[in-house]
Amino acid sequence: MILVLVETDGSGATEASLETVTFARDLATRETGDGGGGPVRAVVVGELPEGTVEALGAYGVSEVHHATGEAFSAYGGAVWAAALQAVHQVTDSVAVTATGSPRGNEVLAHLAARLGVAMAANVVGCPTPLAISQPFVVSRQVVGGAVLEEMRLDDRPAVFSVAGHAVESTPAASPTTATLREFSPEVTEADLVARVVSTEPGEPDRSGSLRSARVVVGAGRGAGGTDGFDGVVELAGLLDGSLGVSRVVTSLGWRPHHEQVGQTGSRISPELYIPCGISGAIQHWAGCASSKTILAINTDADAPMMTRATYAVIGDMHEVVPAINEEIRRRRDQR
Amino acid sequence: MTNVLVCVKRVPDFSGEVLLTADAQGVDARFVGFTVSAHESCAVELAVKIAAAGGGAATVLTLGPAEAVEQLRSALGVGCTAAVLVETDPVGFGAADVAREIAAVVAAHEAAGRTYDLILLGNDAADTGDFQVGIRLAYELGRPVVNGINTVEVTDGVATARGAGADGGVETYRVPLPAVATVLEGGVEPRYPTITGRMKAKKVAVEVVEPRREPVGSGRVRLTLPPAQPSLVEVLGEGTAAAPAVVDLLRSLGVLR
Ligand SMILES: Cc1cc2nc3c(=O)[nH]c(=O)nc-3n(C[C@H](O)[C@H](O)[C@H](O)COP(=O)(O)OP(=O)(O)OC[C@H]3O[C@@H](n4cnc5c(N)ncnc54)[C@H](O)[C@@H]3O)c2cc1C
Repeated sequence: MILVLVETDGSGATEASLETVTFARDLATRETGDGGGGPVRAVVVGELPEGTVEALGAYGVSEVHHATGEAFSAYGGAVWAAALQAVHQVTDSVAVTATGSPRGNEVLAHLAARLGVAMAANVVGCPTPLAISQPFVVSRQVVGGAVLEEMRLDDRPAVFSVAGHAVESTPAASPTTATLREFSPEVTEADLVARVVSTEPGEPDRSGSLRSARVVVGAGRGAGGTDGFDGVVELAGLLDGSLGVSRVVTSLGWRPHHEQVGQTGSRISPELYIPCGISGAIQHWAGCASSKTILAINTDADAPMMTRATYAVIGDMHEVVPAINEEIRRRRDQR
Repeated sequence: MTNVLVCVKRVPDFSGEVLLTADAQGVDARFVGFTVSAHESCAVELAVKIAAAGGGAATVLTLGPAEAVEQLRSALGVGCTAAVLVETDPVGFGAADVAREIAAVVAAHEAAGRTYDLILLGNDAADTGDFQVGIRLAYELGRPVVNGINTVEVTDGVATARGAGADGGVETYRVPLPAVATVLEGGVEPRYPTITGRMKAKKVAVEVVEPRREPVGSGRVRLTLPPAQPSLVEVLGEGTAAAPAVVDLLRSLGVLR
């Protein structure tokens, strides 16, 4: 049996959690010989939006364990892990997984420390099936996704997080009706110490919208200075998208850090990413690799971003971008 | 007085292509320099700030090869005043091993009267990206831990830490000291070492210790490089002349209505 920590937003399970459920279901249905697979069960801590249980059933989850009570009213890595641990104890799962989001990785690391087992972060595949007694090998992203590591997980439960976009979320071929089980596990005083005490809403353009944007216009060192962003900001506006920048830009203080795309910034997955004056260093690529289409604009035709992009324009962003903006406005006016 | 311990890791400073060693157990860093993760540069900055504000000291620690003293000197150059090197080949160490070794140093120092109110680490290392050393350390020491934070301030024995929440808002934690916190880039601007800072750093005696236990290991079987993707880029044109082709593309992708 595989246990999945499912994160929710206001409307239900997050897309990344549905990917993780899909990943777990694929793993569970692989033939293992000794029953390593079995059903997929979900754990939801705190808020459980209406319809979540039914939706998880459609993705093949057989039971949803919902941790409720005062202890779970505010987020805390240790209390969430306590809830996950409680379900693991009664279900004796072979594997416990979550999405490789900040929360998913944090809660799993707590769980692994509590159980004294290994943990693999950001798994993208499993070269071996998940058996009860044999070593389980996972393949995970390291060096910001530039390298894959095959890692043995000898402990049970096998604790691992699933990298975003490792699989596409797909409903199960044979959906189930998931059973809802409410529970209020015991938590210790120590588990309650590090919980969120207050949350302030972010600025409207904080990384939340960058991560979910359909179009991102990027700008790097090629912008040349604080006043080099007018063109790209205008293009982002014309395309109803967000601005994302490289680390050089935030390190130099040209733009705020929450706009940074990359290994130590936001990971984006838009329909279209338009990096302008960005070389495409591996740490930047780590954050934009799952864009569907990339249109690079750069003076250097051999920059890594230009050779890995889907489309490219060779030229100075300070000339090319305003020309694109002008062309968009011209065609709009004609209509 | 707030004494802070900040833990950093020596990592290759890749920007272009990554090569692997012949035995596929590590990355080949012969042709690149070394650095620490961007998160850890921010953790060092926070440690120095907190120590200065509370009249305490900031100690930097790393587990790594003898050459990792270079990363310790960088931290000393920006205001840490003591440094510890747990000298070993880190490739054989898993996240749990590293946490155990740091905990052993903390225990030994505390037995000798050097206590740490706050221990800062990077949220995840730039190379292995394990996401767990800080949390495992907290469990080893029996201390509370907050993760992914951008800023920390200490007043009256309580650390107030802030970081980005799941939905892009700002979350605040308040934990009693002693505590552990893992830092993400973005809350502070790491300072550059001054000439006097660098001179001072050279004079600090680095405490070198050996690992106390045989490592359990990281479970690494081997590293592989994702298959090289052939470049399939379609060049739409050069300079301003490409604008109409770009707008045609935007239309065909449905991002321009
Ligand atoms: C641990 C670590 C973590 C990191 N995390 C991140 C991260 O999260 N995000 C990130 O972005 N980076 C990150 N980096 C930094 C990364 O390695 C690169 O240094 C950075 O991405 C380079 O930014 P850039 O492409 O804007 O600048 P450069 O590499 O300097 O490239 C500038 C590009 O602009 C082009 N150009 C110049 N002028 C023009 C013009 N007028 N018009 C068009 N093109 C022009 C040049 O040809 C060049 O290709 C990290 C590094 C480390 C060590």
